[in-house]
Amino acid sequence: MTNIGKSVIRKEALDKVTGRAKYTADFPSGEMLHGKSVISHYGHGTIKSIDVMEAKKEPGVRAIITGKQYPLTGEEIRDRPPIAFEKIRFHGEVVALVVADTPAIAKRAASLINVVVDPLPVVNSPSEGVSKDAPLVHDNVAEYEREEGVHPVPKTNIANHTKIRKGDMASGWAKSEIVIEENFSFPPSDHIPMETRSATAEIRPDGKVLITTSSQAPFMVKELLSQYFDLEVGKIIVKTPLVGGGYGGKASVQQEILAYLGSLAVEGRTVRMINEREEDMITSPCHMGLDAKVKLGCTADGYLQATELTYLVDSGAYSDKAIHLSRACAVDCTGPYFIENIWCDSYAVYTNHPYPAPYRGFSHAEVHFVFERAMDILARKLNMDPLELRYKNAIKPGHTTPTQVKLNRSTVGDVPMCIEKVKQLSRWEEGQLIELNERTVRAKGLACVWKNSTIPPESSSGAIITFNEDGTMNLMSGVVEIGTATKTVLAQILAERFRMSVNDIYVKMTVDTQSTPEHWKTVASRGTLMGGRAVLAAAEDAIRQIKEVASCVMKVRTDDLEIGNRRVFLREDPKEGLDFRDVVYGYTFPEGNAIGGQIIGRGNYILRNITYLDPETGAGNPGPEWAVGAQVVEVEFDRRDYTYKIIKAISVLDVGRVLNYKGALGQVTGAMSMGLGFGGRESFVIDDKARVLNPQLRTYRPVHFGEHPEYIVEFIETPHIDSPFGARGVGEQGLLGMPAALGNSLSLAAGVELHHLPLLPESIWRKKEGLNT
Amino acid sequence: MSIFQYVVLKINGEDRPVMIRSADTLLEVLRNELGLTGSKPGCLNGDCGACTVIVDGKPMKSCLMLGVEGTGKEITTIEGLQGTAIQQAFVEYFAFQCGYCTPGYIMNCQSLIENEPKATDEKISEWLKSNICRCTGYEEIETAIKSVLRESNSKDRPISRESEMD
Ligand code: FES
Ligand code: FES
Repeated sequence: MTNIGKSVIRKEALDKVTGRAKYTADFPSGEMLHGKSVISHYGHGTIKSIDVMEAKKEPGVRAIITGKQYPLTGEEIRDRPPIAFEKIRFHGEVVALVVADTPAIAKRAASLINVVVDPLPVVNSPSEGVSKDAPLVHDNVAEYEREEGVHPVPKTNIANHTKIRKGDMASGWAKSEIVIEENFSFPPSDHIPMETRSATAEIRPDGKVLITTSSQAPFMVKELLSQYFDLEVGKIIVKTPLVGGGYGGKASVQQEILAYLGSLAVEGRTVRMINEREEDMITSPCHMGLDAKVKLGCTADGYLQATELTYLVDSGAYSDKAIHLSRACAVDCTGPYFIENIWCDSYAVYTNHPYPAPYRGFSHAEVHFVFERAMDILARKLNMDPLELRYKNAIKPGHTTPTQVKLNRSTVGDVPMCIEKVKQLSRWEEGQLIELNERTVRAKGLACVWKNSTIPPESSSGAIITFNEDGTMNLMSGVVEIGTATKTVLAQILAERFRMSVNDIYVKMTVDTQSTPEHWKTVASRGTLMGGRAVLAAAEDAIRQIKEVASCVMKVRTDDLEIGNRRVFLREDPKEGLDFRDVVYGYTFPEGNAIGGQIIGRGNYILRNITYLDPETGAGNPGPEWAVGAQVVEVEFDRRDYTYKIIKAISVLDVGRVLNYKGALGQVTGAMSMGLGFGGRESFVIDDKARVLNPQLRTYRPVHFGEHPEYIVEFIETPHIDSPFGARGVGEQGLLGMPAALGNSLSLAAGVELHHLPLLPESIWRKKEGLNT
Repeated sequence: MSIFQYVVLKINGEDRPVMIRSADTLLEVLRNELGLTGSKPGCLNGDCGACTVIVDGKPMKSCLMLGVEGTGKEITTIEGLQGTAIQQAFVEYFAFQCGYCTPGYIMNCQSLIENEPKATDEKISEWLKSNICRCTGYEEIETAIKSVLRESNSKDRPISRESEMD
């Protein structure tokens, strides 16, 4: 292997360090109008009036639109007017849209629009949402158009209910000698990609709709716009250049709709929307909050017997991806353990909060915080080392998952090996809690993780390779380059198959839905599996064609031929062969006649054997494989003032196969950093009227330079047979156990069980002192 | 009177005449008037550093400075930086992923290298914490800046860099 595992520098590296890399908002504006949203400042209310008179008078204002006439949108339930109509349901919701000549004019005009709202009582948490006398965010969710497999509860705030019914609960509880019951929660927060979302839309006279957007799902933008507005799907062309970070947030389709409506209002002229940071945090979809209850039981010697789980996903005002997020909570509702008896109810609950997009890990970091904190509490009650408890119960081939999938060595990584390795790296044996002096202690917390994806069974990915005259190749894939270097990894896979240098492969960085083969969405850490398999299929296709031409020229059978180093040659006598340059654009015989033509390889891949979940039991195969890991966070905690410093963060992840070492490392440490932010400090501060008080980076503070711990990362390689070279997902796994491991270390350090995120010194102090949280 | 004024800004060593509003930030002028889109908007509030440029030798968040304030000053943007050690180090040490924070980060690093060639760890933290990178865990950025500082401090004994493929 010459390419696989190597730290190949990403293909777009030079562009990115010289300021030449282009993102959506970097393309020249030219003849372009600018859209600006007017957003709601209330959490819930009835719109009495919208006065646009003053705004209309501003010179340069081309259109002002309000929500009335537009169809409802939403991925799985159509519950969201693209612009609020009659009612507003969250702080940040778009109430009107101004289109003007310049951003400054649009902004000024937007500020002149006067929206009068009659406030309504708010639903301020999912627990409140399911309480008996909760106000209804939507009058009757059951009346909305919805996809199959979505189970709303009529006339409640419950947009979806997913059930897991595995085993026999009565016998599980009967065998449980030790039982704990705990509640956990955290408010919504945000992805904070450094590039805020932006989108432009233009409608041509022939009906063509041209969209450029900073999206993880350009193909979804095309599909949904076509459905929502009844447009011919082939007339919608969506382009996505490089994306400045997504982490799931840009997999939702929201701003594109506004840009389209803006353009529609001005006879199809180009309209650009760029989110300000505040809008990016609250108007566009955020990261879900969660309220959860867990009951967990085991035998006296620490074997898990039964668990009962309730997850209330804060679906915000609109269900969009929350349906799917709540389903994912159910699919992997426990940590990576074998438990015979599982009962889980996972609900997507409407509240008056900003609504969630996917977030790196897709519900798994959230579920792991709940379950892995519960594991530590159980271990304490058992008086057992939490590492030993996890080791004893680690899920293995032959076991069944919550959705009753029987695992094999390919479909699940090696949990025990990850635990053993992290034990060593964290020096677990020296003790979990070490007193440094009378104020300061050092504490280690552990969490085990697993993740499968829950993307739709029919999701597919395609790849095209074309040749240049000199025998080098161009690679086109629908995977969006959001920072994960997947396009570079795909080039490595292609190079490996062709046994040639990765430098001879040119990668098309941008996606254009008209000319790039589809990749469903760049999410779920599945770019490498699906995109990679498509690339391998395209490679086979091209190789077959090359061999056909060569066999004709060389008068040999195709199966006697081999390829490598941009040549096709006889297996038995490699000196006998042809350079690619003589084959890939057709071969010309000495007499002048020619055969073949430009070689174009095409391939696709569709996940195999994925099934829908049974609505009553949840049984079904959710995705291709479970990547697993074990993680430790070590903190230094000041017992007097409750401040703490994260000293070390350790991840041992079974990634199947490392394809690009430094690339994978960066994915993992970056995800760890994000997870520590989510666990330790990031959340929306929401007041009693459901207004978000901190939608800016000064008051919502991600991890900054110098606040990062020492990272230790080790990879285990248990191959996933279906995947190129055995690779498992790696983009999200680093994040998954961080909030839980941080919670476990701080609970130990502070000597009090912590149940809520974010873990701020103040909230630890409150818990310790028994004050209101 | 027109709200636009004619100013000449010295950017990357060139005199650049522009008509701008007095309310335009330097970031807006660079991006919208001059097409220098390497400087990125991230918050327009001084909180993220994605828009960092070098003004008279010091790092400056271009969203916090008006375009008209730039007259008579030497302004360097990422487009004016070519083949520097820090750019090379960012590539070699994988100090970016999505690349959106990268121009701002590099400008801040470059300015640190020029102003504080003997920076201690504390000094480095103090400078670099004004930028946010959401993709990396900062470790790679730390390695990159330290490698350049170390190298410039020991010219005769350059540290060996890993090659493209190791
Ligand atoms: S855009 Fe200037 S600091 Fe964020
Ligand atoms: S590389 Fe994406 S924000 Fe820094």
